[in-house]
Amino acid sequence: MHYIINAQPMDVIADPRTSLLDMLRDNLGLMGTKKGCNQGACGACTVLVDGERINACLALAVQYEGREITTVEGLSGGSDALHPLQSAFIEHDGFQCGYCTPGQLCSAIGMLGKIERGVPSAVTADLSAETMALDHDELRERMSGNLCRCGAYNGIAEAITKVHAKVPA
Amino acid sequence: MTSIQDAAQSLLKTAIGLVPARWLPGGSPDPLMQKHGLIGAPVSRLDGALKVRGKARFAAEVPMQGLTYAALLHSTVARGRIVALDISAAEAAPGVVFVMTYRNAPRMASPALMNTKPKAAGTSNLPVMQDAEIHWNGEPVAVLLADTQEQADHAVTLIRVTYETAPAITDFDAAKGSTRVPANILGEPPSIERGNAEATLVQAAFQVDCTYATPAHNHNAIELHAATLAWEGDKLILHDATQMVNNVAWTLSQIFGIKEEQVHVRSPYVGGGFGGKSLWNHQILAAAASRVSGRPVRIMLPREGVFRSVGGRTMTEQRVALGARSDGKLTALIHTGTAAMTPHNECPEQFSFPARHLYAAENIMIAQRVADMNIVANTFMRAPGESIGTFALECAMDELAEAMQIDPIELRRRNEPAKDPTSGNEFSSRHLTEAYGRGAEQFGWEKRSATPGARRDGEWLIGMGMATATYPYYRMPGGAARIRLTADGRATVSTAAHEMGMGTATVQTQHIAERLGLAMDQVVFEHGDTALPPGSMAGGSSQTASIAAAIIAAHDAFKAALLKLVGNDSPLAGLKPDAVEARDGGLCSSEEPDKHETYVSILRRAGREELVAEASAPPPLEAQEFSMHSYGAQFCEVRVSEITGEVRVSRFLGSFDCGRILNAKTAASQFRGGIIMGLGLALMEETHRDPRTGRIMNPSLAEYHVPVHMDVPKIDVIWTDIPDPHSPLGAHGIGEIGITGVGAAVANAVYNATGKRIRKLPISLDKLL
Repeated sequence: MHYIINAQPMDVIADPRTSLLDMLRDNLGLMGTKKGCNQGACGACTVLVDGERINACLALAVQYEGREITTVEGLSGGSDALHPLQSAFIEHDGFQCGYCTPGQLCSAIGMLGKIERGVPSAVTADLSAETMALDHDELRERMSGNLCRCGAYNGIAEAITKVHAKVPA
Repeated sequence: MTSIQDAAQSLLKTAIGLVPARWLPGGSPDPLMQKHGLIGAPVSRLDGALKVRGKARFAAEVPMQGLTYAALLHSTVARGRIVALDISAAEAAPGVVFVMTYRNAPRMASPALMNTKPKAAGTSNLPVMQDAEIHWNGEPVAVLLADTQEQADHAVTLIRVTYETAPAITDFDAAKGSTRVPANILGEPPSIERGNAEATLVQAAFQVDCTYATPAHNHNAIELHAATLAWEGDKLILHDATQMVNNVAWTLSQIFGIKEEQVHVRSPYVGGGFGGKSLWNHQILAAAASRVSGRPVRIMLPREGVFRSVGGRTMTEQRVALGARSDGKLTALIHTGTAAMTPHNECPEQFSFPARHLYAAENIMIAQRVADMNIVANTFMRAPGESIGTFALECAMDELAEAMQIDPIELRRRNEPAKDPTSGNEFSSRHLTEAYGRGAEQFGWEKRSATPGARRDGEWLIGMGMATATYPYYRMPGGAARIRLTADGRATVSTAAHEMGMGTATVQTQHIAERLGLAMDQVVFEHGDTALPPGSMAGGSSQTASIAAAIIAAHDAFKAALLKLVGNDSPLAGLKPDAVEARDGGLCSSEEPDKHETYVSILRRAGREELVAEASAPPPLEAQEFSMHSYGAQFCEVRVSEITGEVRVSRFLGSFDCGRILNAKTAASQFRGGIIMGLGLALMEETHRDPRTGRIMNPSLAEYHVPVHMDVPKIDVIWTDIPDPHSPLGAHGIGEIGITGVGAAVANAVYNATGKRIRKLPISLDKLL
């Protein structure tokens, strides 16, 4: 099967039962994407597929053949510098143990893309609004699929807010 | 013998002058506790870049050649025996390497129970897969190895087991009818009586007498329990997710009948522990299967497997009765109750500990009992005892304040003790009233209406509540540290400590740099490996003080060794170790700081490439001499929907008194993390067991609810930052105090909003309708 993973073309031979998560971890050794529940409840395995966030544990690898997949290892675009959100997570202490962090990062980047595209959430009051504001509740609602048991939610929200504010509209 | 008893024995040794007692009365406090430089600075985590890149290697991520993947099969009955076992289909399935059951498992000794031996890590002392007996619903009955995880997960479903069941105690309500008194509770007596609390209670001007119930909880660290391991001859190499590397190594060596040095445990990064990452069946079974099959093994329990085979916090029923005079002084304080346990572990959930130390009651009665059940062994979970004990005690204090028409903080102030109410010891450092005052002011406590249901915003009833937080100071015996200084003036400090996200490595790097007079980038802190000098477990909020004490001991040895090298030409010539201190990459005279020489210069002149000094921490005698605790005041504002009963926490503030804070950034996160787990305890967390079968009914993160982003408001945390003169660095551990008091603060706020007292956790919406 052929994929573009973190901008690199890759060919993988895997059991058809293999999830995208297990393919990344076990077949490709990309251990940055984490397994926390293997049933779509914790978000630790969140990756970006063509820019959209998905739970890699609920996806069969075969479903995503030919697609562009970005994992935490690819967020900085291959450079040594960190993605601004990665730096903001460090600055605002948006993690403790670091296990849910790759999922939080990928999820936040996917989420900011949705905000930019004006995709509403369950708490959006005005569904016809042209532009979407990332207020306190929008952010927390949209990030609630990513659990952090250490409880770094305040730092995560601050980091995302800071980076969102810096992105030119 | 418990660690606490070990410490008591050590006291004897000190009395005969064998060990120093730096933090005892008359000892000189650590000079660093007053110094404002790196200590206390809000330094970002040093492992931050690694973790945000996804490059920190956790236990299930270590590569190994020829790896097999493990899957466990769990018993579906609570008690009985296996009468038939068919593994033929599983063995024939593609990719299967080995199937192990009690029939072909190697003979293994039972794990030594934690706290019964200095390095014991066992969470139960049941034999592991040694016979046909079943002890709980979920006990592993087979372990299967295959070439891929998919093959293992499928093949394990092909094993057929037939059980003969035996009567089992699986319902806490029934188990409570037959209780026993545990021998001790973490080395403390299970019951205490000061005066006659029952008789005083009935005569008191004001009385409350209530029963509180708390359910079972699971830690649910997001990293699943996992290990990657292999045998090299008779040596076991284990990459584990654990908060006690040395204890796991020693206990496994006893189980397999080998020497401690033959078990090498590494655990540099742990994806959350909270008390749950000790030694459970999965590491033992994976090591056994690896030994018999000759293949390396990776085991990563599925989330359901964690619920089935790793225990959590147990359920309790607690009675708190308070009697007070009309001036608000407590005349009677009674805290009794029962915790569920098993016949095979020793974890009675010390819910009565807060009541032993918090309030100056004239008559006190404490009594804890346990009810044995046939369930997975319960274990320590973030502030075991204190988290749920403060729920009962601090709700009762609120109920008494209500009955007396007195402000809840004022009631607590009037019962602030001068000495520890049960031990009679002096407090080493207690500034709780200051924490109340600062917290109340910043939170805006004066805006709280004393009348429930008085504030409203549409359908939302708004209330405020507060509660006291408290957790003991512990420092574990047995830790050591090594300082290695190299000719370039850099230092590596090593101890087998644990970094599960507390910020241990960052904080100790700050500490070492300050202690040695170096910049942080000249210092490396090595941890998480039994090849290093032994560390104590990361538990009981003890690690920071334990490591600090070991580093201080090593630093004393380091200074002595360095001064032996200086010779007669150094400005430091003739100075004794206690007359020098570290400054600017070297040592100087404490009296005349201009007398200074750098480490580089000292080593160069002596012709040395390096200097190594190692020492063990002195035993934790300070906790014998003083009543040593951390304190805090938790303030909560809730909004409760009158229509649906939904509770939303809209504001929260924690005001803490935990000695010197060593890193303002990571400490704030520790406090917040505890508070957030406390919000889970208050509002949603509950492990449901079918009372008929003892089977856990919600073994997943979809059905065991933990707080998510949307449940958590901005949480303010403040602290007194007053050093404890009797602890290393003046610091206390802060991993657990954050969760204490939160359940009560929320429940008291819910009462203030609605007028409804919820005495059974969690405060789910059905209880408010």
